[in-house]
Amino acid sequence: MNNSLTIHHTPDPYADTRIPDPHQDTFSKTVLGFWMYLMTDCILFAALFTTYAVLHNNTFGGPSSRDLFSLSTSFIETMILLFSSVTCGFGMLSALRNQKYRVVAWFAVAFLLGASFIAMELHEFTHMVQEGNSWTKSAFLSSFFTLVGTHGLHVSVGLLWMTVVMIQVYLCGITVVTFRRIALFSMFWHFLDLVWIFIFTFVYLMGVI
Amino acid sequence: MFGKLTIEAFKHEASQNVAVCMMLLSGIGIIGIIFYTKSWKWLWNDWFTSVDPKRIGVMYIITALLMFFKGFADAVMMRLQQALSVGDSHGFISAGHFQEVFSAHGTTMIFFVGMGVVFGLLNLIVPLQIGARDVAFPFLNALGFWLFASACVLSLVSLAVGKFSQAGWLAYPPLSGIEYSPDEGVDYWIWMVQIAGVGSTMSGINFLVTILKMRCPGMTLMKMPIFVWSALCAMVLVIFAFPILTATLYMLTLDRYLGMHFFSAGEGGNPMLYVNLIWAWGHPEVYILILPAFGIFSEVVPTFSEKRLFGYVSMVWALILITFLSFVVWLHHFFTMGAGPNVNAFFGVMTMLIAIPTGVKIFNWLFTKFRGRVHFTSPMLWFFAFVLNFSVGGMTGILLSSPPVDYQVHNSLFLIAHFHGMVIGGMLFGFFSGFTYWFPKITGFFLSETLNRYAFWFWFTGFLLAFMPLYMLGFMGATRRLDHYEASTGWNSIFVVVGIGAAIILCGISVQAYGLFKSIKDRKKNLDITGDPWNGRTLEWSIPSPPPIYNFAITPTVDQLDPLWAIKRGQAPQPQKDYEDIHLPKNTPMGLYIGVLSLIVGFAMTWHILWLAIVCFIAIITCLIIRLSGEDEHDVITAAQVKEMEAASIRRREVV
Repeated sequence: MNNSLTIHHTPDPYADTRIPDPHQDTFSKTVLGFWMYLMTDCILFAALFTTYAVLHNNTFGGPSSRDLFSLSTSFIETMILLFSSVTCGFGMLSALRNQKYRVVAWFAVAFLLGASFIAMELHEFTHMVQEGNSWTKSAFLSSFFTLVGTHGLHVSVGLLWMTVVMIQVYLCGITVVTFRRIALFSMFWHFLDLVWIFIFTFVYLMGVI
Repeated sequence: MFGKLTIEAFKHEASQNVAVCMMLLSGIGIIGIIFYTKSWKWLWNDWFTSVDPKRIGVMYIITALLMFFKGFADAVMMRLQQALSVGDSHGFISAGHFQEVFSAHGTTMIFFVGMGVVFGLLNLIVPLQIGARDVAFPFLNALGFWLFASACVLSLVSLAVGKFSQAGWLAYPPLSGIEYSPDEGVDYWIWMVQIAGVGSTMSGINFLVTILKMRCPGMTLMKMPIFVWSALCAMVLVIFAFPILTATLYMLTLDRYLGMHFFSAGEGGNPMLYVNLIWAWGHPEVYILILPAFGIFSEVVPTFSEKRLFGYVSMVWALILITFLSFVVWLHHFFTMGAGPNVNAFFGVMTMLIAIPTGVKIFNWLFTKFRGRVHFTSPMLWFFAFVLNFSVGGMTGILLSSPPVDYQVHNSLFLIAHFHGMVIGGMLFGFFSGFTYWFPKITGFFLSETLNRYAFWFWFTGFLLAFMPLYMLGFMGATRRLDHYEASTGWNSIFVVVGIGAAIILCGISVQAYGLFKSIKDRKKNLDITGDPWNGRTLEWSIPSPPPIYNFAITPTVDQLDPLWAIKRGQAPQPQKDYEDIHLPKNTPMGLYIGVLSLIVGFAMTWHILWLAIVCFIAIITCLIIRLSGEDEHDVITAAQVKEMEAASIRRREVV
């Protein structure tokens, strides 16, 4: 139990002793395992970033990143996602204080922000496709849609997961088990934010230079 | 309704029809036997829904061995074709079908046999060696197995329904793109590899956390058995490498299904990108296969030399160095791509460097035997054959790592001989050695030593005959994947010798299969009563064979390497017999459900049956939500029950 995560994050006063914990450190094991999952996801994104770096000049006569990207849209998207991370963090703090309704409320705000991010991204995508710049046009557009779309897909999965976590917290309150799930989800959400920062920098900012 | 699936998909040429009929007959036979012996309930309760790593490990190995028969049948077909198809004769397989056969052979052997035996042995041995009762994520472990199994089944389905990929085991684009492979073959390949790959990533995470978090008290990293170290390094490789495979296949899928242009020849796509990405996974992958074999030999050699392992610390560092280097050599698989002299030189030098840690390991094993009391048991025979084959294969690998030489023999049979020397002579012989060594621990009875020796000599001579001449053929200009050649090349007699080698290997496999059957039949006569038949050094030999469901009645405490030897020599205290309640995770069928659903998703996507794929995908998500929302359920074995079970196992020992 000398793991710092365990000390800081396990809400011992509210521990549900009815649940047997055979190894005493399920929490630290799960968190470590989830970190490893995040790292595998990170490598998956790294492969997509590499592909984008290799292919982003292969426009095949079609539009390039300078013609397509709008910094203002992506900046607003970035802000929305960052604020979603902040509210998710507030939800996590409320979970540490065992305030279940606040957790649900903060997560609901995070959910709305995440959903509007997805809506904006979808809007951007449909706009591009309607103008005839779909993923079939060039290797550059294929890699763009795949990299950004894969992130969007992750956010969508996150929204589904967040819904499940909110329902659980609402029904069961904050127990050892639901706390663990809140913690894992919040790691996932922050991770997606981090990936987006890289997308914003490498795809949008450097794309319009 | 059925997408692209039509009646045409069920029509094949004669050789394939025979294979399909044999597969169906053996399938019906197995199901018949299960019905006849009324063992469905036992299978379901004790095996299919089990989250016990010992059970999962056995299922991995059974699946891998079944797939091995399929992969070997592919190999025999290729050898027969190459021995016959010279000059005017065109053998018995059409060129197109031949391409399917070699693609299937590679895919089967690497993804289903290699990965299967690696994860099988890890499941069986790692928890026992680190003194754990369980793995870190039992459900994830079961799920990983069922994804692996459903990928295996998908590959069997591809034999009967439609075509398999004709683009080789790594499906290089643009050949594997929709333009040049418009049929379902590459899609089958994509989905089976993707499903198996996701399963491997899950198992990799599970075992890495298990090794890092669940070692028994006192077992610091540098007191772990070397097999666990090799597993740790292999799992690090899995975690770093498999996501690259997932991403690469994902992009190939998008190319084929949504008309994207990552790897297409036109529209700005870059096929060479695929080759780079796939080998950034593929090179670590071969180390994922070979590192556990190194670990096995590091357990077998000291035990049968009655000496501690020579140079434990250097062994560990060699493993770590190999793990690191395996990520900076991928380009040696395609020197001929023409990346330029400096790039090729860098990767050539990095490749040569790998010989250093590998050489350290070979010498450590040899020094372990030096002045030891070497027992020439069958696991050791596999080791001797391994040292020879692996050294020859390693040295030809050094030859290949030099770009100028590689330009001469690239994609020739010389390369084939090299990597079969590593994979068969290294990984497979290692697995056979470990299989024989740990068989009594897992099952409670021995394999027949006599038959093992026969099998070994068949395998060894067969291997030499089947692969050493390929080095010659490679120098003579024979390329890989030939379904026909001219008589004037003068290769035919050598191809016949190679075919004879394959036949001798077949004898070896038959003897092994018979030996396994006979050992199971006569198991009452060959019981492992002591639980420690080889005078073992590590924790798995301190408990009865087969181990009880909870592995260790008392969690062991370790203060040195080779803890069991210390106990046996009275250098460490005997553990106290204070039993406690043991919590074990409850069985769950959810892994099996998700596996079956993934199989259907793979099949439906292959044939573009979109509605079915969507329905099953939603079902998978639902299963996951149900499983992950539930409470962690445990079965409790009380201290009294543990005491009773331990006493019973001691009584059983005394009676026999």
